[in-house]
Amino acid sequence: MIFLDQIFVNSKKAILNLASAFLPTDAILIVSALISIGAIAAFGPFTMMYLTWFERKLVGRIQNRIGPNRVGIFGLLQPIADGIKMLTKEDIVPAGADKVVHFLAPVVVVIPALLVFSVVPFGRNMVAIDLNIGLLFFLAVSAMTTIAIFMGSWASRNKFSLLGGMRTVAQLVSYEVPMVLAAVPAILASGSLSTVDIVEAQGGWNGLKWFVFTPWGFVGFLMFYLCGVAECNRTPFDIPEAESEIVAGFHTEYSGMKFALWYMAEFMSVFTISALTATLYLGGYQGPWLPSWAWFMIKTYALVFVMMWFRGTLPRLRVDQMMGLAWKFLLPLTLINILVTGLWYFTSGLGLRLGLSIGILLVSSWVLVLFNRPYMPEKRVYEFAE
Amino acid sequence: MLPILAKLFIYGVLFLSLVAALGVVLLPNIFHAALCLVGTLLGIAALYLALQAEFIAVVQVLLYVGAVMTLVIFAIMLTHRIGDMTIPQTNKQSLPACLALFAFVVLIGGLLLKTDWSILVGTGGSVASVNPPVDTFMLGKALLGEYVFPFEVVSVILIAGLIGAIVVARKD
Repeated sequence: MIFLDQIFVNSKKAILNLASAFLPTDAILIVSALISIGAIAAFGPFTMMYLTWFERKLVGRIQNRIGPNRVGIFGLLQPIADGIKMLTKEDIVPAGADKVVHFLAPVVVVIPALLVFSVVPFGRNMVAIDLNIGLLFFLAVSAMTTIAIFMGSWASRNKFSLLGGMRTVAQLVSYEVPMVLAAVPAILASGSLSTVDIVEAQGGWNGLKWFVFTPWGFVGFLMFYLCGVAECNRTPFDIPEAESEIVAGFHTEYSGMKFALWYMAEFMSVFTISALTATLYLGGYQGPWLPSWAWFMIKTYALVFVMMWFRGTLPRLRVDQMMGLAWKFLLPLTLINILVTGLWYFTSGLGLRLGLSIGILLVSSWVLVLFNRPYMPEKRVYEFAE
Repeated sequence: MLPILAKLFIYGVLFLSLVAALGVVLLPNIFHAALCLVGTLLGIAALYLALQAEFIAVVQVLLYVGAVMTLVIFAIMLTHRIGDMTIPQTNKQSLPACLALFAFVVLIGGLLLKTDWSILVGTGGSVASVNPPVDTFMLGKALLGEYVFPFEVVSVILIAGLIGAIVVARKD
């Protein structure tokens, strides 16, 4: 069990031991960093490739199709075929485009998407850097994506791109606020910003003491996940790249490998957002029986599956609905949720705790829904028209 | 070998952020200038990181790159056609401005060299020249314990500023 649990950690140690025979101590540190970087740099794009396959297969099944099935068994080689196609495609740059920024934008957008992998705890002892501000690092770095998307949309000199870019900025700025606030209860409960410490705080009850099993944890989990879906620009929050309204938004003018880089950034952030949600509220790598990394992957892929499920079933939100959801519903509810978390920790007795927190959360969400009811004009009755 | 490499790296980053800072004031296109400002702010975050103030570094990225720069870019986009234009950033007053800046740099440099940068450590007033570790935990305790009054005053002032901005900007 422990052998399986620590298999990746131990294989890294074995490589380092082997290297220490003929390398000085300083070089060992560099080699250690390079192994972690190499693992992430290989894992990120690989995940992206197979997430595209997974999404096409899943959306295909939802729409009663089979999905890719020509290249390899179950279409498993489809991502590689796509990659070759992307690489050999002509790279078109619009005549009026700002050449330098147009080139830089897809390169820049991949950097934060890869950087955030470094604080994700993939399993017990399996985190590249255990920063004591890991969660804050994740949120700060993923906020940089906005600027890269905006660079791409502005440099294309295309009205559709620019509209998509403006929508992206508006959406990301709005959802950043409730996202950070929705993460606060987990920080409060574990008393740390380090992703590893947050996971370790959910280790009781044979690895099942996940925050999601408390009332505030459940609400926080739902809100954080929703904001995460909005941060990745995915359905139902895919207004920035609405195909039916503004062609494809910020990546209208991109082709070939640059387009692939946009997609890589998007799918990698789908994975990292799901991973962070699992870390914060679903207990990360904690769980009984299975090895820690298996638990982490199961939880993360379950959340990724839900995102794809959204894509297959939900229609796109309108701009005002989306903004209203962020500012009028999620933001007040996150603040109330932080309060409830505090109450949970300063009251004793299971009944009182449960009753108080569930009561406050239910009443406040009911009040918020009541206040946010869309204005419906009364149905007119034409008394004398008949 | 590692400390030298780390130093080389951080000097490289600082050089790049200085180049980006020059770009902010010299580039004719305002959008390019804003992007250069992003580069400068990231370079400063790297400097904080090199000084082992990770919390400040990350908050720098979160607030300045994530929020303030997004708003700056938003302002550029919403201003009518300013993003398309190429405006020279210098005028007749650039030479006096450079002279004044040089005088200011000399003044600040003199102050920096005169200051004794050693830090008081411990209760006995013993002077040690090591940097105390800036811990996020300590920072939080200080902000919400010892310095809670100035902290709250700052937040009240910020809220007053926000409300004031809305009142000034509102048309009715």
